[in-house]
Amino acid sequence: MSGFSLSDQLPALQVVLPLIAAPLAFIIRREALIWAFCTVVAWLTFAVSWSLLGQVQAEGTISYAMGGWVAPWGIQYRIDIVNAYVALIVSGIAAVVFPYARHSVLKEIRGDRIPAFYSLLLLCLTGLLGMTVTGDAFNLFVFLEISSLSMYSLISLGQDRRAFTAAFQYLVMGTIGGTFVLIGVGFLYEVTGTLNMIDLAERLPDVTRLRTLHTAFAFLVVGIGLKLALFPLHLWLPNAYAFAPSVATVFIAATATKVAVYALLRFVFTIFGVEVSFQDLPLDQIFVVLGSIAILSASAVAIFQQNVKRMLAYSSVAQIGYIVLGIALATSAGLQASLLHLFNHALMKGALFMAMGCLFYRLGSVQIGDLGGIARVMPWTFGAFALGGLSLIGVPLTVGFISKWYLVLAILERGWWPLAALVLLGSLLAIVYIWRVVETAWFGSPSPRNESAREAPAGMLIATWTLVLANLYFGIQTDLTVGIARQAADVLMDGAP
Amino acid sequence: MSILTHYNYEIAIFLAMVGLYVVIAQGNLVKKVTGLTMFQTSVFILYISMGVVQGGSVPILDADTTRYSNPLPHVLILTAIVVGVATTAVALALILRIKEAYGTIEEDEIHEQDESF
Repeated sequence: MSGFSLSDQLPALQVVLPLIAAPLAFIIRREALIWAFCTVVAWLTFAVSWSLLGQVQAEGTISYAMGGWVAPWGIQYRIDIVNAYVALIVSGIAAVVFPYARHSVLKEIRGDRIPAFYSLLLLCLTGLLGMTVTGDAFNLFVFLEISSLSMYSLISLGQDRRAFTAAFQYLVMGTIGGTFVLIGVGFLYEVTGTLNMIDLAERLPDVTRLRTLHTAFAFLVVGIGLKLALFPLHLWLPNAYAFAPSVATVFIAATATKVAVYALLRFVFTIFGVEVSFQDLPLDQIFVVLGSIAILSASAVAIFQQNVKRMLAYSSVAQIGYIVLGIALATSAGLQASLLHLFNHALMKGALFMAMGCLFYRLGSVQIGDLGGIARVMPWTFGAFALGGLSLIGVPLTVGFISKWYLVLAILERGWWPLAALVLLGSLLAIVYIWRVVETAWFGSPSPRNESAREAPAGMLIATWTLVLANLYFGIQTDLTVGIARQAADVLMDGAP
Repeated sequence: MSILTHYNYEIAIFLAMVGLYVVIAQGNLVKKVTGLTMFQTSVFILYISMGVVQGGSVPILDADTTRYSNPLPHVLILTAIVVGVATTAVALALILRIKEAYGTIEEDEIHEQDESF
């Protein structure tokens, strides 16, 4: 412990930085200052994630003893390529969301609640990053609840009164999910006497036949399934996304479910291992069925939505289906596809919801019926939506194509032809629901109100287009993401080191 | 090993089931929160039961004692209790807002209002 250098403390900083900034943001009370402060914090957090990823790639897994207490007694922060990658997604999205937030928050959040809004957003970021970097199963639960509690509050700050009921519904389901995780972790502790993930992974092979272990597995998968909106546990999601403030929707949609997927991967692959999850227990069959139903049913329901945010929310449930399908393959290629889609889906949903935020800023509505001809008045906003939509469908040169390509390849490798067809069918359904919006916005006849609307503020557009361009960039220049996703998939398949 | 030796586990399971049932079956939002709290509390009991060591004493260091109960689950549950309190607080705050906005805290009446809206 001799010598103190900043680069050794990065794992702690990743979490502590937004954690300390959250109450500070609440104290500042001046809107412009808070916004600038939060943006700087988000960028610093992003820089930390970026250098952590660099460190992991150069030197391998980082182990950090929180407060100097060595594992397994203390809480260990353990960062390998998998969580470095997920942390980068989360903090990267935060780094774009905060610059975007300024105008949207001023418009949608009542003046005296703005400090609280920013501080909740930072707390949510803290919780999500904490879940990502921690190497302790109980610590993961604590961070899960930090992020969840701040999310409930963020959602309830929406303008529509249905935001309250949506937040309450999410609170009930989220708490049941969180408590299930707690029960699962408790059972794991009961049979192994440890909470450290690596320790758990080492001790579990001795007890794989115990029914307690299988019970723990079931509780963990269902509990995390609730948080990641795995069909049929997704009921909280559509209303939560639809009625939350635009900024909160962007952030939650692009990050929260991704981190839940990460937690699932950690438990299923690193702690329980492929043998327990897929040979002793039929997780692959369960996930194939649930993933397939999610893709078909959620995409079909999305087609009939009148509220575009709600439509995109259902599309998110379908996208989770793709991710789960990749996990169900239980191969390195399948995992790689899922991990790629984590990143890519964050980019496309981020861009799409940001475009919706721009729209809401000018129109105060995201109902399809109110969008007639708006694309001709707000070409930049709708250009972003159209490109994001193409990415969601999976058109070549966008990230969506890369995800689907690797997923279909992985499926064919296992020889499951019908599933490949299903993935393509999902894309076709995506064409239908995206086209409905595009058609109305471009070719519908504008109402007088729409004709007098103006393009969204530059700050919002720049952030939106940053994500749109990222959609295109990572759709063409795939070396970085595909390479990291492959390494991460291999690490997960190998189980505990 | 009779059924009675594990009575705290049975109580925990019973409380969990009652709690979940209340969450699902009750239309009143405050009662739902009560059920949720019961469900969480059952897990606290589950954890604390885990810490028992047969013949173990209170985990306070003492010269005459050689066997202690495991204090770690207690510590974990302190954290979980805090989480539970925070959840209840947020839930009740939301119910206040719902009451202001809808004039009711009955789930079916809220749904009716939203559908006619």
